[in-house]
Amino acid sequence: MTSSNYLALLPLIITGYAAVALSVIVVFWRDSRAAYGFTLLSIAAALGSIFIALPHAPHMVTPLIRIDYFSLYFDGLVLVGSFFIALFYQEYFRTHEKRSEGFYILLLLSVLGMLAIASSAHFASFFLGIETLSVSLYGMIGYTRRFRPSIEASMKYLILAAVSSAFLLFGIALVYVDFGTMDFLRLTPLITAGGLTLTSYLGLAMIIVGFAFKLAIVPFHMWSPDVYQGAPAPVTSLIATGSKGAVFALLLRLVMVWNLNNQRTTYIILAALAVATMFGGNLLALLETNVKRLLAYSSIAQIGYIMIPLIAGGPRGPVSIAFFLASYVITTIIAFGTITIFSRSREMGDVENLSDYTGLALRRPYLAALLGASLLSLTGLPPTVGFFAKFYIFTAAAQTGLWWLLIVGMVNSGIAIFYYMRVIFVLYSHLAESDVYPEVPPQRPASTIALTITTLALVFFGIYPGPLFHLAQAAMKIVRF
Amino acid sequence: MILIWMIITPAIGGIAAWIIGHRSTLGARIAALSAAFAYFAIALYLWFISPRLLSMGTRFHNHTVPSVFVDFNVPWIPQIGVSFHLAIDGLSLMLILLTSIIGVIAVLCSWREITVRVGDFHLALMILLSAIIGAFLAFDLLLFYLFWELMLVPLYFLISIWGHENRRYAAIKLMLFTLTGGFLLLLGIIGLYIIHGLNTGTYTFDYPALLGTKMPLHTAWWLMLGFFVGLAVKLPIVPLHTWLPDAHTEAPTAGSLDLAGLLLKVGAYGLMRFSIPLFPLVSARLSPIAMMLGVAGIVYGAMLAYPQRDFKRLVAYTSISHMGFILLGIYAGTQLALQGALIEILAHGISTGALFLIAGMIQERTYTRELWRLGGLWSTTPKLGAFTLYFALAALGLPGLANFVGEFLVLLGTFSVAPVLASVGAIGFVLSVIYALRLVQESMHGPNTSEWRLPDLSVRETAILGSMAAIILWLGLNPQPVFDTASKALAPIQHALHRAEVKEGTELR
Repeated sequence: MTSSNYLALLPLIITGYAAVALSVIVVFWRDSRAAYGFTLLSIAAALGSIFIALPHAPHMVTPLIRIDYFSLYFDGLVLVGSFFIALFYQEYFRTHEKRSEGFYILLLLSVLGMLAIASSAHFASFFLGIETLSVSLYGMIGYTRRFRPSIEASMKYLILAAVSSAFLLFGIALVYVDFGTMDFLRLTPLITAGGLTLTSYLGLAMIIVGFAFKLAIVPFHMWSPDVYQGAPAPVTSLIATGSKGAVFALLLRLVMVWNLNNQRTTYIILAALAVATMFGGNLLALLETNVKRLLAYSSIAQIGYIMIPLIAGGPRGPVSIAFFLASYVITTIIAFGTITIFSRSREMGDVENLSDYTGLALRRPYLAALLGASLLSLTGLPPTVGFFAKFYIFTAAAQTGLWWLLIVGMVNSGIAIFYYMRVIFVLYSHLAESDVYPEVPPQRPASTIALTITTLALVFFGIYPGPLFHLAQAAMKIVRF
Repeated sequence: MILIWMIITPAIGGIAAWIIGHRSTLGARIAALSAAFAYFAIALYLWFISPRLLSMGTRFHNHTVPSVFVDFNVPWIPQIGVSFHLAIDGLSLMLILLTSIIGVIAVLCSWREITVRVGDFHLALMILLSAIIGAFLAFDLLLFYLFWELMLVPLYFLISIWGHENRRYAAIKLMLFTLTGGFLLLLGIIGLYIIHGLNTGTYTFDYPALLGTKMPLHTAWWLMLGFFVGLAVKLPIVPLHTWLPDAHTEAPTAGSLDLAGLLLKVGAYGLMRFSIPLFPLVSARLSPIAMMLGVAGIVYGAMLAYPQRDFKRLVAYTSISHMGFILLGIYAGTQLALQGALIEILAHGISTGALFLIAGMIQERTYTRELWRLGGLWSTTPKLGAFTLYFALAALGLPGLANFVGEFLVLLGTFSVAPVLASVGAIGFVLSVIYALRLVQESMHGPNTSEWRLPDLSVRETAILGSMAAIILWLGLNPQPVFDTASKALAPIQHALHRAEVKEGTELR
């Protein structure tokens, strides 16, 4: 390993060592605020180290990890996302779980897992990343242990993540049987050559299923609403953004490089999953009255939308996915951020019934406006970044002539209007005097900063998306291993 | 730069009103009103200098749209070929003027009606106005679409917060219909963008650049239908109209006013500006069907207007009938018909707007819009009664008032291309008499069964309705200035619909 190896790997190294260091610190100095500060600092440092790694890209660090613009873009996205989400934890745990030092170790480990997934170039590193992420998520989801649904969600995630890992492993094994390698780079010519045997098709299909579990693609989505509901709101936020973002990044790279979207069998699998995911997510969300579950279904549908450019490919496909994921991360942080703030009024569980949000605009206009803005962004309305994100994935599909899937996407966007507008209506409706509504706790600095910056980004990129487009285009210029 | 100022003036006023609104509701109203007046002044100034700009015509001599006389173009998202391109020609100028009048009235008519969340209300109202202005000025398809969608957000809030009893249903229905229509429009825009990009290698949303894009006929059909249906939802054309009566009925007065006066007009404007010039050949082939839909709208809207029991709902259905005339005129495509459609756009905006204001005023006084509970109002509020009669007469197309000019020219212009349709459309004149007179009789005449004792119009209300009445009369007696300003902008539409017929049978255009 040369020095440039270490420099290129710096984001992962910092996050990994920070997790180890924190677990040592916590032994001697049990102070959740110190752990919180240390976590924020190390995520920020990892984020800064991306700029150190940038001149060394593209760089293979051992056959396992590839650091290039593609992976650095998604590393950056994951780190920015987890930084802003991390800002919420201290305030949330102040009411929900006093001893939260251990949580931050898990948080850093999960970020490490995401980074490893986004930059993996080998099934081994991919699988290690997935497991690091999942194992730390079990702990994070169930961290508010006095709250039973939280434990239940953790168990559910544990079992289903284990099942998905089993699928993934079996798929990897089948591919290995056929080709004798697990290195993405060496697999590329073998898979793109065509004429695959049944074994390797089966392997690829099982790998896609493994991905589908993690991304909550219909019909592998059953865990998602329960986990979203049971997990503490800021953890849900991390599952929805970082975890899905990193896994989708790798899926994107595999599909593009292995040309899976143009081979008949895998094309049919992917297209069927996309259609099922869009309709499934949107239809299930229609009558949902629990805000966290509603956002879970919404998140399923959003993954369905980005499968459109994944299947379309073409010159704009990857760029539109990179843009959409960035937009989605910003939007989701705001949506769950407002829920997190609202939930500080409880000692256990979150404020998640739609009726609790009645007239939030009258009680706390800014908080309601932020949640409203994020819902508009999820609907894809200007002046939010979600508008351009959705517009651009449709453009990508049109460019490669994938009209039928494009129309399915539009129909679904139409269905989705209903439930997003329903929530916005509740936010802005009048208060009935007879009812009792949960009080809204006062705002605190850290979460206010996080929400302000993300909302500014939401509106800024909604009006002037040029810089983000530019970044996404630069990162997606070369998609290869 | 003047175009930019036109868009942001209302928005600035709205934000100011929102900030002031936390302290003083009167301050918020004044802030919004002064912004609306400022925008009115800019629009009027532009109209006064427009003859000079039009006659100069040299500055934009090589502009692909020759009728343009003010142009503003800066790159916005160069990565995907979107520019911030605003331009104004005679057609948009007339709509801008309409917008400016309605904008002022919308603020004035909410003076007493809106008492909760006044700052927020004016923010939504003014942002809505800005978005509509933006849509009328946009010369970049994505920019147009952006403003098109942006309009819906404040309108949704106007209806869902300040609306009447059934507002939730109406607001969500409005969003479902118009956003789904919007997706079809987006489909057309993206398709055109991609085809132009594949043909020429430059990907752009610039409207002048996209004019004359060559494509196979069947592709043109699909894309044109995307535009047509997307815009038709907003107009609305008959099978897609069901959101309109609900939205109108539940909206606060200013919302109904903006909806009838401006939002529907964006649909008509979109057809004239984009759908027909971008796809002339297929639009010419569609024109018989579109004209039939227009005639169907005229008759159906009028027939449904008659039995309505709710004042606002009745007026909403008359809107559908009038929109039928506009659609008929646009697709007849002769000079007379297009001029008629334009006058009808302006006349309907003012006269129907006034009827919605009257509905609002009645509701403020009686807390009902049910026609059977009204009746005999004339004896207690003679001024209101007189204005109701006046605007009802305008709606039924009394000669001398603006609607007559519009409807008559549309029918005259249509007769030369489709005599049968023009004749059927003329039934609309008869039907409009029936519904308009019923409206006046049920609400104003007859015995005062509910024993209403109401205050008559205040100075503010008299001034609003009086100025609207004056505009209707002036347009009805002297429509020529409108024709002069817009003639150059209407010519390409006429050209597109009629040149294409000559070239019938060619595969590419």
